[in-house]
Amino acid sequence: MAKSVHPAIPKLEPLVGPVAATQAHGETTIAVPADRIRNAALLLRDDSELDYSQLADLTAVDRLDLDEQPRFLIVYHLLSHRRRERLRLHVPLPDDDPAIASVVAVWPTADWFEREVYDLFGIRFVGHPNLRRIILSDDWEGHPLRKDYPIGIEDVAFTHTVGRIQPQQVDLP
Amino acid sequence: MTLERSTRDDTLILNVGPQHPSTHGVLRIVLELDGETIVRAEPVIGYLHTGFEKEYERRTYLQAVTLTDRMDYLSTLINNLGYALAVEKLFDLEVPPRARVLRVLLAELTRINSHLVWLGTTALELGAMSVFLYCMRERELIMDLNEMISGARMMTSYIRPGGLTMDIPEGFIGKVEEFLRLMPCRIQEYEDLLRDNELWIERNRGIGVLPAETALALGVTGPILRASGVAWDLRKAMPYSGYEEYDFDICVQTDADCYARYRVRVDEMRESLKIIRQALDRLPDGPVVTDDRKVAPPPRHELALSMEALIHHFKLFTEGMKPPAGEVYAAVESPRGELGFYVVSDGSGKPYRIHVRAPSFANLQVLAAIAPGHLVADLIAITASLDPVMGDVDR
Amino acid sequence: MGVAGNGRPAQAVPLQLHQGAPRSGALGLLLTKVANWGRKSSLWPMTFGLACCAIEMMAASASRYDLARFGAEVFRASPRQADLMIVSGRVARKMAPVLRQLYDQMPEPKWVIAMGDCASCGGVFSNYTIVQGVDRIVPVDIYVPGCPPRPEALIEAIVKLQEKIARGEPSAAEQARLAAAAVRAGV
Repeated sequence: MAKSVHPAIPKLEPLVGPVAATQAHGETTIAVPADRIRNAALLLRDDSELDYSQLADLTAVDRLDLDEQPRFLIVYHLLSHRRRERLRLHVPLPDDDPAIASVVAVWPTADWFEREVYDLFGIRFVGHPNLRRIILSDDWEGHPLRKDYPIGIEDVAFTHTVGRIQPQQVDLP
Repeated sequence: MTLERSTRDDTLILNVGPQHPSTHGVLRIVLELDGETIVRAEPVIGYLHTGFEKEYERRTYLQAVTLTDRMDYLSTLINNLGYALAVEKLFDLEVPPRARVLRVLLAELTRINSHLVWLGTTALELGAMSVFLYCMRERELIMDLNEMISGARMMTSYIRPGGLTMDIPEGFIGKVEEFLRLMPCRIQEYEDLLRDNELWIERNRGIGVLPAETALALGVTGPILRASGVAWDLRKAMPYSGYEEYDFDICVQTDADCYARYRVRVDEMRESLKIIRQALDRLPDGPVVTDDRKVAPPPRHELALSMEALIHHFKLFTEGMKPPAGEVYAAVESPRGELGFYVVSDGSGKPYRIHVRAPSFANLQVLAAIAPGHLVADLIAITASLDPVMGDVDR
Repeated sequence: MGVAGNGRPAQAVPLQLHQGAPRSGALGLLLTKVANWGRKSSLWPMTFGLACCAIEMMAASASRYDLARFGAEVFRASPRQADLMIVSGRVARKMAPVLRQLYDQMPEPKWVIAMGDCASCGGVFSNYTIVQGVDRIVPVDIYVPGCPPRPEALIEAIVKLQEKIARGEPSAAEQARLAAAAVRAGV
């Protein structure tokens, strides 16, 4: 599509190298390499023309079943209050010990969002002040939102399944 | 559970929750106290983790609607709306005008419902029981309306990708009119009980002050942000579902304390009534569901006559709708703030990934920032004023 | 204690006139009846809201449905003052130990209502985090279907529970204890 270039791109390129941008459904997505995310975040927040003052959302996608490489994608949704505009950042991360610089120092709201991604995807955020599990209990094993983590369907004991199903006991400490 | 350690040797660690009458749901807060004063407050969440985001991945797009209801169970229809908007964005689909107006009407009814429950429970926690009983009385009127349209009181799943489940029944408009006539004086009743109530003011004024800069930095949205003096409302700033056509005000307060949050929510109920009034006045006739057969099933009477309709019906209910591959983020203004749905489609009948940007999740983070320095008793007022719904926080 | 099988010793039964059959004679029968009547008419539920159903539980105790008509509206914030636990909503695995601890803190005799589909059998959620029915953690007396159940359904459940108590039937907790004792005795 011959759309006008997003104003963030010419500013980002000297800082992080060539960036790929896509437009779809009226939303702009910019891919940023993982090792440059801190610089990119600071620029996007502080540049008066861009002014992405708020990090609306931070999450990840496990692309295991999409057969895309690398496996993980960290997704940032930025919001500029003044310009009333959103921007999505994609940061690809490899399967092997995925880690990325934390943006808590840039947007303090990232604190819980990064902990959630750490908890449910097992992606480390380097420089996060308190990187612990947040949703699941501390002794949980695995990261449920990874595609290779089973959803864990259990058969439920009903009167018509008596004898066929042994209700599982819940382990209590 | 992790044992928490004090940071100083003259302080006491007090565990509040997860079962506690005055936290909205199963929220646990670990307090560090110096006498009666809070030194540190750390919310511990996850006690209602339901695995929604994993659960979405094995449902079709239509089945997923029922799960959205159950996340933030006080703003069910607004959850439906946010999800429907996201899926429609993937399809680049417009819904018929009647559906758009009805969606706004229902969303505002839901907002009033949510604020009513908030006001009632908060007043109950701070010792004003009659307000709770009054608020629940009016909530029943909204439950009746929900029941009329869908048969269910809370989990309606009425707003779906493509439009609405079905048209509103006969007599619905009359009931809404009745509600609109009744509600202003009922809201006045709560105000009479609380607004100048010495105890209510004493427990809310100057408590939990959240400066606008802190609120913005911590990603706070919704009534809490507006109570800090920031006039940010997605319905105005980035309108969806035709909100730009309605005349209403953004309710803003500048005191940034618990009392300001109470004022914002009560004022918002009045604004919602204004929007509902306008929606009723402009409600057009016509279909309430799109005629795109790849999204919504054909009407019943076509099934007997058209082979194609039958095939569409069969395909929709066996494989589900299949949005083109891609990703979208759609956000709506829920009673708690920005509710965003990030949907990734791989072109199949099931969503590849759905992430929900839960407003309560981001808002609850500020508890640690604003509680220190207050007395233990104020924690109740502060937590209540943040209006966290744990189903929304933990998902 | 039975169901959870967590190896804790069974609690001592505080009052010898426990539910169940009268010990002996006409006086015993009368005493049991009076005690059961008293228990039935003053059920104190615990304020224990989990999820969506908790809102309907509040609605049941509020204006239109007014649970007070049936003598079960004194919601107690502390488990030590409550004898009815209404599990209103889905129970996550992280919450399960907490729920069990609260249950253990309630004095005997005690009853449990599993309100809603999630508490009864996991409901629409069958995944890694939701306990598939609260009866895996605590013995349940009454199951209430619905997602969420209407307030009337909860009231019906409480009335049913009152009838059960009035009939002198042992609570699910007592049944579980008896069953565990039978296993220990090798019956």
